[in-house]
Amino acid sequence: MSVRAPVNRILPFSAVDGPGNRTAVFLQGCPFNCLYCHNPETIRPCDGCGACLAACPTGAIRREGAAVVYDKALCVMCDACIRACPKSSCPRLRWLSAEDTMAEVRRNLPFIRGVTVSGGECTLHREYLLELAALTRAEGLTLLLDSNGSHDFARDPELTAAVDGVMLDVKAWDAREHLRLCGRPNAVVLDNLRFLVQAGKLAEVRTVVVPEEMDAALTVRSVSRTLRELGGAGVPYKIIRFRPMGVRPAYKHFRPPTGAELDTLEAIARAEGMEKIVRI
Amino acid sequence: MRPITMEEVELRRQEILDTIKDPTATHEQKVTYLARHAENFMTVLDEPKELDALMRCGQEERCICNLFEGDAPYRPRYITPDYPKFLRQGSRFLQLDPPKDLFEALNSLMILYHNVPSITNYPVFIGDLDDLLAPYCEGLDDETVKRALRLFLIQVDRTILDSFCHANIGPKASRVGLLLMEVEAELENAVPNLTMRVSEDTPDEFLLAGIRCALRSAKPSFANDAMFRRELGDRYCIASCYNGLIKGGGSYTLCRLILSNIAKRAGSIADFKEKQLPFVLDVMARYMDARIRFLVEESGWFESSFLVKEGLVDRKNFTAMYGLVGLAECVNLLMEKEGKTCRFGHSEEADRLGVEIMEIIDAFNNAHVNPYCEVTNGHFLLHAQVGLDSDHGTSPGTRIPIGEEPDELIDHLKNISLFHKYFPSGTGDIFPVDLTVHRNPAYVLDIVRGAMRMDIRYLSFYSSDSDVIRVTGYLVKRSEMEKLDGGENVRQNTTGLGLGAAKNCRILDRRVR
Repeated sequence: MSVRAPVNRILPFSAVDGPGNRTAVFLQGCPFNCLYCHNPETIRPCDGCGACLAACPTGAIRREGAAVVYDKALCVMCDACIRACPKSSCPRLRWLSAEDTMAEVRRNLPFIRGVTVSGGECTLHREYLLELAALTRAEGLTLLLDSNGSHDFARDPELTAAVDGVMLDVKAWDAREHLRLCGRPNAVVLDNLRFLVQAGKLAEVRTVVVPEEMDAALTVRSVSRTLRELGGAGVPYKIIRFRPMGVRPAYKHFRPPTGAELDTLEAIARAEGMEKIVRI
Repeated sequence: MRPITMEEVELRRQEILDTIKDPTATHEQKVTYLARHAENFMTVLDEPKELDALMRCGQEERCICNLFEGDAPYRPRYITPDYPKFLRQGSRFLQLDPPKDLFEALNSLMILYHNVPSITNYPVFIGDLDDLLAPYCEGLDDETVKRALRLFLIQVDRTILDSFCHANIGPKASRVGLLLMEVEAELENAVPNLTMRVSEDTPDEFLLAGIRCALRSAKPSFANDAMFRRELGDRYCIASCYNGLIKGGGSYTLCRLILSNIAKRAGSIADFKEKQLPFVLDVMARYMDARIRFLVEESGWFESSFLVKEGLVDRKNFTAMYGLVGLAECVNLLMEKEGKTCRFGHSEEADRLGVEIMEIIDAFNNAHVNPYCEVTNGHFLLHAQVGLDSDHGTSPGTRIPIGEEPDELIDHLKNISLFHKYFPSGTGDIFPVDLTVHRNPAYVLDIVRGAMRMDIRYLSFYSSDSDVIRVTGYLVKRSEMEKLDGGENVRQNTTGLGLGAAKNCRILDRRVR
C-alpha cells in the first residue's frame, strides 16, 4: 500500500527548479512560516473549514462529509479559494501516491531530465519521496529536493542516498534572525548545509534577500565560507531578490534589494571563493 | 499568350504609380515591386482553367496562393549554390580566382551572394559557414577571425536587404561555429537567419552556445539533423525561413493551399475530405507543374545562368515546395460544421482530424509526379508555409493560433510532434522564453534534445524582451518596425512584413515559455 502525499501542484516544465528542464511537484505543508513566503497557501494543511466553498466560481471545490474535495477538471486556477482561505492553506490538493505522480511525470518525457519535489516542505513526506526516488531512477531521471533544511539528513541516510541532491534554502545565518523571520531555529539547517556538501548531495544553496529583515551580507559570507572550507566552492549559490508577488498583505511592504545591494552580495560570495553565483 | 483587357491594364498602371510614389519603400524595394508588376502583365503559363476562381479572387475565398511569384517565372524561387565548389574553383564569370586566405574567401562569397537570385532577388542560402570557412581560419587567432567575421556579417546584414537569407552551422561543434555565434550575439542583426543542425553527435556545449546566442539575437534555430538527413540525404541545407532543400539546387516554386478557406467550401468533414480538398490539391499541383514547365523549358534560366554553367547549381538538384497554411482554422471550422466545439491543439479529436487531413495531402503528393523533380523521386516536398503579413484568420502551416497556445508547453509540443514529420521542405515552431531562462539555458537544451527524439523538426526560441525577434520564420528588429510604423522607410524588406504580421497576425502576443 503506497503512501499518499498532498500535492498542491505539478508544473510539467520548470526552468527554475534545478538544472535543465524538470517537472516540479509542490507538496502541501511546511514547518516554517517565513514572513516573506511567496506561496503562503502551501504552508498549512487544509483543515476542511470550508471558508473557500462559496468563493469558487466553477464548483471545483465541494464538501463531502467533513472533508473539502477538489475536482481538478473543473478548476480554472483563478486562486479565488486561496484568497478566501483565512489559514494560509489551499483546498486544491490531490492526494497522490508516488506512482500516481510518476504517471503525470511520464507525460513530460523525453523533454525533462528530472523531477524536483518542492513545497511546502517536501521532507515532511519522507516515505513518498523514497518511493518516488525509486520510480524516477528507474526512468533514468534525477530526483532533487527543494528543502528548507528542517529535516535532519545526517540522521536519514536512506533518504540522503535515495535522492540525487538537495537544493537547500539558508534563509538567515544568525539564529535569532532566522527564528524571527521563519518562526523556527536554524541549527538543523546549518547542520544540513555542512552535512550535505560533504555527502556530495548539495545541488544548490539559495538565499532570499530582504534588506531590512536580515543581515544578508552575514548570511552570504558565512554560507560561502562554510562551503568553500568543506570543498563546496563549486556548488551553485542562488542569491534571490525578494519580490512581493504572492506575499501576504502584512509583509508585502518589505523592500526588494537594489541592484547595487545584490552586486555587493555577489562580490562577497565571489571573494569567499564561490564559483557559480546566480542572481535571480 | 492570352490577351488582357484595357481595364486590367489601367488597374495595373495605378498599382505601378502607387509603387513609384510609396514613401515607405526604398529605391531597391521599388525596383523589385516594379519588376513584379511587369511580370504580372504576362499570361504565358498554361494554367488549369479552375485556377482563377481559386486564386485570383477575394482574400476570404482564396484557396490557392502563389506567394507573389508572378506570372512568368524567370528564375527559380530558391537557389542553394554549391559554395564549397565555388571556393575551390573560383568563377570565370565573376573573374575570381580560388581564394587563398580568409579575407579573399569572405570577399569572394560577398561577390557571389550579390549574383545569386531568388524570389526576393537576394540569396536565400549563404552556405554552411562553419565548414566553408574552417580551412581559411587555420593558423589565425580568435580575435582576427572574429574581426573578419564581424565585418562580413555586418556587410551581409546591410547589403542583403531581406532576412529570408539563411546560413547553416553544425551538427559538429567547431571553432568557427562558436566564433560566429559569439559575433552574432554581439551584433543582434536580423540578417542572416541562422540554423544549427543538431544531432546526437552535437555536444551539449555547442548546443548551449547556440541557445545563449538565440536568447540574445533570436538565432540560431535548431534543426533535426537526423530527420532531414533521412529524408533529403547528406546534401540538405536550410534556406529562407526554414526550408529543407538540396545543396547545388533549390526550389523552382512554392505555392500554398489555404486550408481554412477550402474548409469554407465544405458542407461536412466528409465533403471536405472526399471532394473539396482533393479538387484543390489537384488544381494547385497542375498549376505548379505549369510554372515549373515554363521555368525549365522556356525561360532560359537553366541555359544562361553562370551558376548553371559553372556547375554551382544543377537543374537535377531542384525540386518544388507544395505549401499549406491554416490547418488549425480548417480543423476548427470543420468541427463547427459538425456541431462540435473541440479545437485544434486542445482536443485529441481535433488533432486527429488534423492528422487525417495531412495524410490525405501527403498521399496526394506521393502520387503526383513531376518530371523535373528527380532529386525528390519525382514528387514535390510538403512545406508548412509561414504565412504572409496580409493573412487574416489563417495561422502559418500547422501552427496553433497565437493566443490559443495550450497552457503547458508539453501539450504544445505533443501537438507539434504530430505534424512536423510531414514537411521535409520545412516547418517550425517558435517560442519566446522568459528572461529567467538566461540563467538556465539547459532548460532549452532539454527541450531541444527531447524534441529531436520526438521527430520534431525545427524549433526557434527568442528572449521575450530582445530587439531581434522571429516573426514567422524570418527575423526583424522591433526598433526598425517602430521606425517604419512612424512613416520612415527602412532598409530591409522583411521589416514591412514583420510590421504587417504584428498588426494582423499578433506575432507579438505569443505565449511566453
